[in-house]
Amino acid sequence: MTLTSLGSWFFEPGFFSNSPVRVALTIGAIAAVVSGVVGVFTVMRGQSFAGHSLADIGTAGGSAAFLVGANPLYGFVAMNLLAAGAMELLGVRRPRGRDVATGIVLGASLGLAALFLYWDTTSTSTTGATVNVLFGSIFTLPASMVPVVAGFSVAALALIAVLYRPLLLSSLSSDLAAARGVPVGLVGLGFLVALALAVSLCAITIGAILSTALLVGPAAIALRLTRRTGVAILVACAIGVGATWVGIVLAYDSYAWTTSHTAWPVSFFVVTLIFVSYVAVDLATGRRSRRPRLSASR
Amino acid sequence: MFSSFMLNTWEAATIVAIVAGVVGFFTVLRGAAFAAHALPVGAFAGAAAATLVGVSTLLGFGAFSLLGALTISALGRRARSDVATALAVVMMLGLGSLFLSLTSEYAQQVYSLLFGQVLGVSTNELLPTAVLAAVCVLGVAVLYRPLLWSSVAPAASEARGVSAARMELAFLLVVAVATTMAVPVVGTLLVFTLLISPAAAARSFSANPMVAMALSVLLALATVWSSIALSYETNLPVGFFVGSIGAATYAMSRLWVAARGRRRVPAPARPAAVAG
Repeated sequence: MTLTSLGSWFFEPGFFSNSPVRVALTIGAIAAVVSGVVGVFTVMRGQSFAGHSLADIGTAGGSAAFLVGANPLYGFVAMNLLAAGAMELLGVRRPRGRDVATGIVLGASLGLAALFLYWDTTSTSTTGATVNVLFGSIFTLPASMVPVVAGFSVAALALIAVLYRPLLLSSLSSDLAAARGVPVGLVGLGFLVALALAVSLCAITIGAILSTALLVGPAAIALRLTRRTGVAILVACAIGVGATWVGIVLAYDSYAWTTSHTAWPVSFFVVTLIFVSYVAVDLATGRRSRRPRLSASR
Repeated sequence: MFSSFMLNTWEAATIVAIVAGVVGFFTVLRGAAFAAHALPVGAFAGAAAATLVGVSTLLGFGAFSLLGALTISALGRRARSDVATALAVVMMLGLGSLFLSLTSEYAQQVYSLLFGQVLGVSTNELLPTAVLAAVCVLGVAVLYRPLLWSSVAPAASEARGVSAARMELAFLLVVAVATTMAVPVVGTLLVFTLLISPAAAARSFSANPMVAMALSVLLALATVWSSIALSYETNLPVGFFVGSIGAATYAMSRLWVAARGRRRVPAPARPAAVAG
């Protein structure tokens, strides 16, 4: 088997000349990198629930924007920034208080989403919006989205870069950070803003499921493999981009797998790749050290 | 509002609210809001699977929420529970998106499964709902003391021979049964709100577990009943009312705590603080 035939075996014909695929690869990579960077801190701080909730909460903003005819991305971002503020306002510093605060904000937002989606469906008689937001459709993104997505990513990454040292310290030990004079609350709010930006970006482009998968999965795997934060961030980005790209290739190929020619969703492949990698790393590293991870209080 | 076709709705919603109040108390106490969100959402994927293979959706709900509980518990042994829950929920949703793409019949039901179809409960849905509710409440009654101990003081209860990991699994299974029972009636998102908001508000009013649990049930009933009534009158989705009333209840409980805290000068160290 020559290299070319191996290539064409893995990549179905037309993969690289297909413009939706190229846009999907680009946006997928951007989303994976931002999620990897923000995700490492999310996992360290035990805020996976907040990260996942924001993806769902944005639905309320997205459906409201849809209702008034604005770009859903701006609705997502606005709603998520509001929600991040509300979570910080309600959430006491204890991890459990935060858990309930996140839950309350999530519940209220989903109620609003129910209302807006109801109005959306009665005014346009389509139910596509719900499914689309939840499961995303990376192949239907227009190329004009790339600069918008890149802009929001740069904003989120810049915020993390500015906050890097105090954020790291307060993520490892908020007491120690406070003793050193780090404004822990402000840093926490700044991080939630970065998280809100990253999640809005991912949820609107690749869907809420993939957003959480890319945020938590690669970062959790990376933190299993290394304890150095900088290295973990790089590893998380690499795993995220790798899983996204392989997932896109597999989804593209899956069109030819069945006789009925229904392409399997990208999110299924990416999530499965990440989940299987996590379980593999978990089993491989679990034997060596049974020490609990960087858990703050639980 | 109380015509014959609405009677099923009132009965089903009442059963769901009672169970949600009881299970929700432990959900909030254990800080398990994420699991309470994950299992219903995972069950939602189960319905897609059931539609695909042509079995009853209740079976799909049950299978997927149990699968979710087992996955969270298995992954959670060596990782933080929020990471385990996040991975479990995305995996279940990933499977859901696959099943959804393979069947075309299901997409129309998505909205009602997410946000509930409480105004259309049929009589033959009532019996499984009641049976599963009984199982759930019985489970909590049997587990009550060890579960309470292991939620409030995990280390101390471990020393007394109550395995925290086993209690976590037992609790997740109870949530899974509650989910299976409630999702077909009120939708995945309402189950979550009903599990969290009334219980969180109730805990602000009383530190006594029994009182808080009873209060949580009462608040859940009040939330559901007024939401159905409002939804019936205004024709707006019931999920919107449950979400807003739930958040408003919690907000009021926080205000009440703040107001009471200001009157009593040295804030009393509440025993519930041990939970953190």
